[in-house]
Amino acid sequence: MSDVLARLRALLGTAGVERDPDGLPRATPDSIEVLTQVCRVAHEEHWKIRLEGQGTWLAADAPADLALSTRGLDRVVSVSPADLVATVEAGATLEAVRRRLADDGMWFAVDPPGRPERTIGSILATATSGPLRLGFGPIRDHVLGCTVATGDGRVVTAGGRVVKNVAGYDLTKLQVGGFGGFGVIAEVNLRLRALPRADVTLVARGPRDALTGSARDLASAGIVPAALELLSPALAAEAEWVLAARFAGTDAATQSGARALQGVSRLSWQVLPAERSAGFWSVAGRALLGGPVTLRLGVLPDGLDDTLDMLAHHLDEGLVSAGAGGGMLRWTGEATAERLRTIRRTTAAREIPMTIERAPWPLRHAVGHFGAYREGVGRLVGGLRDSFDPGLSLQVALEGDDAGG
Amino acid sequence: MLPATIASLQSIVGARWVRHRRAELATYTMDGLPTRETVPGVVVLPGSRDEVIAVVRLLASEGVPFVARGAGTGLSGGALAESDAVIITLTRLTRILRIDPVARRAVVEPGVINARLSEAVLPFGLAYRPDPSSQSACTVGGNVAENAGGPHCLKYGVTTNHVAALEVVLPDGSVTRLGSPAGEAWGPDLVGLFVGSEGMFGIATEVTVRLEPIPASVETLLADFMSVRAAGEAVSAIIASGIVPAALEMMDQACVAAVEASIYAAGYPVDAAAVLLVELDGAGDAVAGEAEAVEAVLRRHGARGIRRAATPAERARLWQGRKKAFGAMGRIAPDLAVQDAVVPRSALPAVLDRIAEIGVRHRLTVSNVFHAGDGNLHPNISFDRRDAELSERVHDASREIMEACVQAGGSITGEHGVGSDKRDYMPLIFDAASLDAMCAVRRVFDPEGRANPRKVIPVHACREWRAGGVA
Repeated sequence: MSDVLARLRALLGTAGVERDPDGLPRATPDSIEVLTQVCRVAHEEHWKIRLEGQGTWLAADAPADLALSTRGLDRVVSVSPADLVATVEAGATLEAVRRRLADDGMWFAVDPPGRPERTIGSILATATSGPLRLGFGPIRDHVLGCTVATGDGRVVTAGGRVVKNVAGYDLTKLQVGGFGGFGVIAEVNLRLRALPRADVTLVARGPRDALTGSARDLASAGIVPAALELLSPALAAEAEWVLAARFAGTDAATQSGARALQGVSRLSWQVLPAERSAGFWSVAGRALLGGPVTLRLGVLPDGLDDTLDMLAHHLDEGLVSAGAGGGMLRWTGEATAERLRTIRRTTAAREIPMTIERAPWPLRHAVGHFGAYREGVGRLVGGLRDSFDPGLSLQVALEGDDAGG
Repeated sequence: MLPATIASLQSIVGARWVRHRRAELATYTMDGLPTRETVPGVVVLPGSRDEVIAVVRLLASEGVPFVARGAGTGLSGGALAESDAVIITLTRLTRILRIDPVARRAVVEPGVINARLSEAVLPFGLAYRPDPSSQSACTVGGNVAENAGGPHCLKYGVTTNHVAALEVVLPDGSVTRLGSPAGEAWGPDLVGLFVGSEGMFGIATEVTVRLEPIPASVETLLADFMSVRAAGEAVSAIIASGIVPAALEMMDQACVAAVEASIYAAGYPVDAAAVLLVELDGAGDAVAGEAEAVEAVLRRHGARGIRRAATPAERARLWQGRKKAFGAMGRIAPDLAVQDAVVPRSALPAVLDRIAEIGVRHRLTVSNVFHAGDGNLHPNISFDRRDAELSERVHDASREIMEACVQAGGSITGEHGVGSDKRDYMPLIFDAASLDAMCAVRRVFDPEGRANPRKVIPVHACREWRAGGVA
């Protein structure tokens, strides 16, 4: 281990290397070049690398020879208000980026679960979109390009800095949601929006099926808010289930949306005062850290009720945040490997993929972020992994022992 | 092509669906790119998914390259094959397999024509959003291969934002399903990786697309400007205002003149340096307000006149000129090199000046009609391909235009793809390691490099392939 420490200090200097609380050498490069060198050396020496951001979402607990932190790569490299594009390093926190962009009237329209000090790299690598996915798309839609260090220390750029681009294969898509298994995201080009002039949140409470029923009515009426999220009582810290709608945009559009919603849905809606609205969503996102395991299920809105029943049967009602308008369900709670495998099997039979977003390493290792691959997918994923991390230096449990495929 | 291979293909799809005589192949020697012509070895038109799979398996066993082709409307020479390859045409796979209005999904075969899909879902109040100008002819499978765009992609996104799942035949003949109805992946985002891979990862045999509700109201405005620069600045100002138009298109004077002289005349002012076509859509009352706000921005930036379509017929007329602009340019010269590049919106005015300068210097007629809202330029060069010296100037000017766009921080293609036309421009935007990574990904899907060979990536970029002796 001291060998690793000495080699890293030779590369990064004493300031760039420390021991983490477990005594593991932790490298904190402050440039893409050094990040890449660390990967190259680790590859040559067959060291295993644990990737770390701020460590607030996915625990930094993978067994490894060294930890590689992106915290030193935290610059907002450039912002272009006229183009609504920003280039930021992966270790920049969402909160820092948000504040920087707001100065220029711009908005990175994502609201991932977890704490505001999550890094941009963490959000992209885990593809953790939040309720705004309904109005502004999943994380992949907000990323124009990226630069990654491969597991064996090459620098690969993908995409570009313009909002429309089909030059070459879309390798950015592999990195977004790749959990770092295809390289370390170092720098990204983000697609931004103008900061909305108005941002209105309405909430309704009631029995779950009344809320999902109302969400269906809104969908058939063609009403698509920026977010329409179903929150479990435990998550919302309320006695009943909560349906929350958010409209963000121009004054006219948000008012018109809120009016239309109240016209179609028979629920009793409470309009949150502007000062409470941001807090409401941030508390809901943070509440998803309230248990050791978070999983997401790619379910369509009309499958929500059945899937929630199934989860309650195999696990418990848990902390749930689900897209009542566009689908996707996130559950946080306690779970064993065996239960997670059962759920993955059960949902796979219903064409619903399950991704383990966060869990302690033993569970991730046993079950894998991904699994229940369709025929042929495992071979493709293995080949891609081998292309971007030929020595499997990056300690990422993409697949557990039930991957199949 | 070996007679035995032709016979085997005939036994799979029937003799009438295999074309191998010179005259029969003529239809397939070009796509929408006027500057390249190659004669394929054989063309096969399978009639079903199972026939596609059987054809790909046969070609795998014989080590024969293939090129998947839809309607052949692509503009980058991506659907062309040389004599060693078989073109697999998918235009007989035209079934819409399922429409689920509640989940807002449709499952279609790759040969379904883009506009036909939108027509089919219209009775449910839904639309398939990507709307390339060739939408009345181009296929969904081709859209997937190219990650096609269109005017309304400014608000609604391009093809990749609308594909939830795919069934694909890999070049070795194995069949796999990527993605899920909800759009969530089984692992990494292989749907995102496959869309836009220009037919080099395999053939999509089934496409699950997202549908969007048709907005309750639409407003369409036409504004004209006395300078291209002012129009470009108005574009940036609209975007910065926070309003996201459904479409924001620009046409320059040369383009307007061509349209107004044609049967597609839309009543655009021919003396204007540029016109902007702005469409806003959404829920009822808000759209009118947004239209007023946009009008104010346009006037502030020097719009001389603004017309607002009062009826659907007027809207259709305003759009007609834009949609048929390429056709109208047929009046200027027999051929049209439709270029495609992207620049940051803020660079639009400067890049348009630069393109005009390049045109003048090479003594070429360049007209611009493009998706201004997302900086996606289409400088079009009118020419006659029978004139070799003129064609050479078109080639040189095209390269200079690409270089200018890249220098401005842009890309060599926004929606038409790289194909064979732009392969040599790839090193302008990607370094060797990044091109090499693309080669490696391609090799995962297609280890033998038989699917759409010699496209997208310059061969010399694939270092490992070269070392392994495979071109």
